[in-house]
Amino acid sequence: MSQTNSSASSDFDKDMSEEKVFGTEPNHGGHDHPQSIEFGFWLYLMTDCLLFASFFATYAVLFMNTAGAPGGAELFDPKLVMAETGLLLTSTMTFGFAMVEARRCARTQAGTGKVLLWLGVTFLLGAGFVALEVHEFSGLIADGYGPDRSAFLSSFFALVGLHGLHVTAGLIWILFMIFEVKIKGTGGRTLTRLGRLGLFWHFLDLVWVSVFTFVYLFGVAQ
Amino acid sequence: MSTSLIFGNLTWGAIPWSNTLVMTVLAVVAVIGFSILAAITYFKKWGYLWREWLTTVDHKKLGVMYIILALVMLLRGFSDAFMMRTQLAVATGGASGYLPPEHFDQIFSAHGVIMIIFMAMPFMIGLMNLILPLQIGARDVAYPFMNNLSFWLTFAGVFLVMISLGVGEFAKTGWVAYPPLSGKEYSPGVGVDYYLWALLISGIGTTMTGINFVMTILKMRTKSMKLMQMPIFVWTCLWSNVLIMAAFPILTAVLAMLALDRYLDFHFFTTTLGGNPMMYINLFWAWGHPEVYILILPAFGIFSEVVSTFTGKRLFGYTSMVVATGAIAVLSFLVWLHHFFTMGSTANVNAFFGIMTMIIAVPTGVKLINWLLTMFRGRIRFEEPMLWTIGFMVTFTIGGMTGVLLAVPGADYVLHNSLFLIAHFHNTLIGGALFGFFAGYTYWFPKAMGLRLDPTWGKRAFWLWITGFYVAFMPLYVLGFMGMTRRMNHTNNPEWTPWLIAACIGMFIIFAGIISQIIQLVVTYRHRKSEKLLDKTGDPWDGRTLEWGISSPPPIYNFAHFPKVSDRDAYAMMKKEGLNASKIEHYQDIELPKNTSAGFLIAGFFAVFGFAMVWHIWWLAIVCLIAAFVVFLVRCCQTDVEFKVGAEEVARTERAHEQTLIDAGVIRSNS
Repeated sequence: MSQTNSSASSDFDKDMSEEKVFGTEPNHGGHDHPQSIEFGFWLYLMTDCLLFASFFATYAVLFMNTAGAPGGAELFDPKLVMAETGLLLTSTMTFGFAMVEARRCARTQAGTGKVLLWLGVTFLLGAGFVALEVHEFSGLIADGYGPDRSAFLSSFFALVGLHGLHVTAGLIWILFMIFEVKIKGTGGRTLTRLGRLGLFWHFLDLVWVSVFTFVYLFGVAQ
Repeated sequence: MSTSLIFGNLTWGAIPWSNTLVMTVLAVVAVIGFSILAAITYFKKWGYLWREWLTTVDHKKLGVMYIILALVMLLRGFSDAFMMRTQLAVATGGASGYLPPEHFDQIFSAHGVIMIIFMAMPFMIGLMNLILPLQIGARDVAYPFMNNLSFWLTFAGVFLVMISLGVGEFAKTGWVAYPPLSGKEYSPGVGVDYYLWALLISGIGTTMTGINFVMTILKMRTKSMKLMQMPIFVWTCLWSNVLIMAAFPILTAVLAMLALDRYLDFHFFTTTLGGNPMMYINLFWAWGHPEVYILILPAFGIFSEVVSTFTGKRLFGYTSMVVATGAIAVLSFLVWLHHFFTMGSTANVNAFFGIMTMIIAVPTGVKLINWLLTMFRGRIRFEEPMLWTIGFMVTFTIGGMTGVLLAVPGADYVLHNSLFLIAHFHNTLIGGALFGFFAGYTYWFPKAMGLRLDPTWGKRAFWLWITGFYVAFMPLYVLGFMGMTRRMNHTNNPEWTPWLIAACIGMFIIFAGIISQIIQLVVTYRHRKSEKLLDKTGDPWDGRTLEWGISSPPPIYNFAHFPKVSDRDAYAMMKKEGLNASKIEHYQDIELPKNTSAGFLIAGFFAVFGFAMVWHIWWLAIVCLIAAFVVFLVRCCQTDVEFKVGAEEVARTERAHEQTLIDAGVIRSNS
C-alpha cells in the first residue's frame, strides 16, 4: 500500500517474475497517493457540477414564471452583485497566494505565518460574500418577494442559495484548515487537503461566474 | 404547544393501532427482531459483530453486508407483491378485497421504492464490492472508509422506509412521487416525507459509491492490467458507476426541490404561482432512465463472466462488448422522455426520443449475439449460474422487444400506464437485472464463503422462479392490451378476472422459488463440512479471472503480491502456462485500513435526522446534523488509520494455501 514498500522490495520482485503460483509485480499505488486522492476529488466535483446543472436547468425553465410578481430586472441590484463578485474573485486570488506559501513552507520548512495570513484573508472575503448574499435575500424576503412568491423566485433562491451553502461549507473548511496548519504545519496530508480545498474554492468561483452571467446579467438585461 | 416543540408532529396517533393487518405484521417483525437481538446477546456476539462487521472497511465484508441487506429487502418487497397480487385476484367483480385503497397505495409505492433502491441497488453494489477489487488485483477500494459510510447511508434509507410501516405511513403516490399529487396540498401526510428523506440520504451514499468505484477501477488496478485487459464485469461496473455519478446528483436535486416545495412553500412543481410539475417528471426520469441501466449493466457483466466460464471459452467479441456497454451508457441519457410521450410534446420531439430508444436495442443485441457466439460449439456446463444466464437470455429478449414496442409513440399512447408497461419493466428488471444478480450470487458465493451453494435446491429455485415469472407477468401483457391500467385497487370486469388469477398463481410459484432459496441456504449451512460443497482451492468453477487465483474466502489483504497480468482472462492464461509452487522467500508487511465506527455513527445520525425532518422535530434534526459533522471532524483528525499485517503472517497464510493447492494437485511442488 505504501510507497516505501516498493523501493524496499524491488530487488527480489525482479527475479520473481517467472515461476510462481501467481504472477506478481512490485507494490504500487494505494490510498496515500496524493494524485489519486486529488483525482477522486475531481470526480466529486463533477457530481457537484451536475447538481448545479440541475438547478440551472430548472431556473432556465422557470425564470419566466413570475406569477405577477416582479422579475429579475426589477429585483436585482447590480451594484450589490458586482460587490459580491469582486469579493469572491479576490478570494480566489488570495487562496492562490496561500497555496503558493504553503508549498514554499513545505519545501523550505519556513514558518506558516503567511499561509495563515492568506487563509485568513480568504476567509474574510468569503464571509463578506456570504454576508452580502444574506443581505440580498433578507431584503427580498422583507419586501414580500421570498421564494414562496413565484416559481421564478423559488428557482432563484434555490440556485443562488445552493451556491451560498457551498461557500459556507468552504468557509468552515477554511477555518478547519487554519487550525490544522497552525497545529501541524504544512506536512504531506495538510498540503494535499489544502490542494483539494483550493479545487473546491475555485470551482465555486466558476459556478458563481455562471450564476452571475445567466441569472444576474441576463436578468437585469431583460 | 410544549409537546409539539419536543415531538414535532409526532403523536401516539401516528401508530396505526386500529389497522389489524399492519399491527400483525409489526408484531411478527418485532418478535423476529427481538429474537435475533436476544440470540446475539445470548451467544455474546455483540463485540464480534461490532468489530468484525459493523465497523469494517473491508470491501469483501461490506459486499456481504450489502447482499444480506438486499436479500432481506427482497423478502420485504416480495411481501408487498404478495399482497398486491392476492388483493387483485380476490377484488374482482365488485368485491373490494382485503386491502383498503389508502393502504394498497402505500404498498405499491413501497414495493417500487424497495425493489429498485433498496433491493436491486444494494444487490448490485454488494456484488461489485465483493468481486471487483479482486478482479483487478487490488487490496481494497480507493476509499475504504467512504465505502463503509456509503453502506450505512443506504441502511439509513432502509431504516426510514421500514419505520414508516409502523410510525405514520409511506407515500401513496407510486414510487415516482409525481407532483402535484406528491405536493403538500394533495399529500399532506408524512408518507412523501419518508420517501424523500430515505431517497435523499441513501442517494448521497450511492453517489459516493459511484465516485469510489470509478476511482478504484481507474487508479487501483494492478499495474500491468491495461484497460482492455479488464474483465468485462469490471468494464460494465465502470460504465454503471459513471452513470451513478452522472445521474444521482439529478435525483438529489429534484428531490431537494420537492422537499423545498413541501417544507418551505417553494413553487417548483406546484400548480399555482408559476410552478411546473412536468419539470419534476423530466428531471426524475433524467435520473430514472439511466438508473435502470445502472442496474442492468453490471448484470450484463455477470452474464458475460458466467457464459465464458461455463463454456470454457474466451468471451466472444470482448471489444464490441466494451463498446456496446459504453454506447448503452451514453444513449441512456437521451431517452428519458419516452416515459411520458403522453405529456404532449410535438410529434417530432416524441419521434426523436422514440428512435433513440429503439437504437438502444442495437448495442443490446450485439451483447446477446456475443453471448450466443461464446456458447456456440462450447462445452456448456449447466450449473446454476449458467441456468440463470440462459433464462435471462430468453426472458430479457422478450422484455426488450416489448420495450421497442412501447418506444413507438403511437403505441405508447394506447399502452401508457397500462399493465403492459408493468409487464415490460418487470420483464427486463426481473429477467435481466435480478436473474443476473442471482447468477452472480451463486457464482461468487464460494469466493465469499469458501463454500458452494447447494446445487439441487438452487436448480429448483431457478425453475420455480422462471416458471413463476412467466405465469405471473405474461397475463399482465394481455391485461394491458385489454385496457387495465396500473395501480388499480379493485376491478369490475369479468374478462380480466381469469388473467388476474393466473398472475396470482404465478406469484405463488415465485414464492415457492424464494422458499427454495431459503432452503438452499439452510441446506448449504448444514452441509458446510461436506466435500461436495467445500471450495478448498479457491477455484470451484474453473474460473478465468484473477479472483479465482486466491483462496476462498480471500485473505484480508487479498493479494500478497500484486498479480502480473499479460492478457485478458488472466488466471486462465496462468493455468494454461502451468502453475508452479512459489519460490518467493520473502513476504512484506502489508498496510491495511483500520476499522472505524465513524461511518456507522454518521449514518446513524443521518437516519435520526431524516426521522426528525419527517416529523418536524427541528431541534433533533439540528442536533443530529451537528453530531454527524462532529464525528466527521474527529475522523478527519485521526492520523492512525492503518494497521500492518506482518510479513510472517502473510507468509504463513500464503504457504498454507499453497500447500492446499499442492495437495489438491492444482499446482506442482518445487521439490
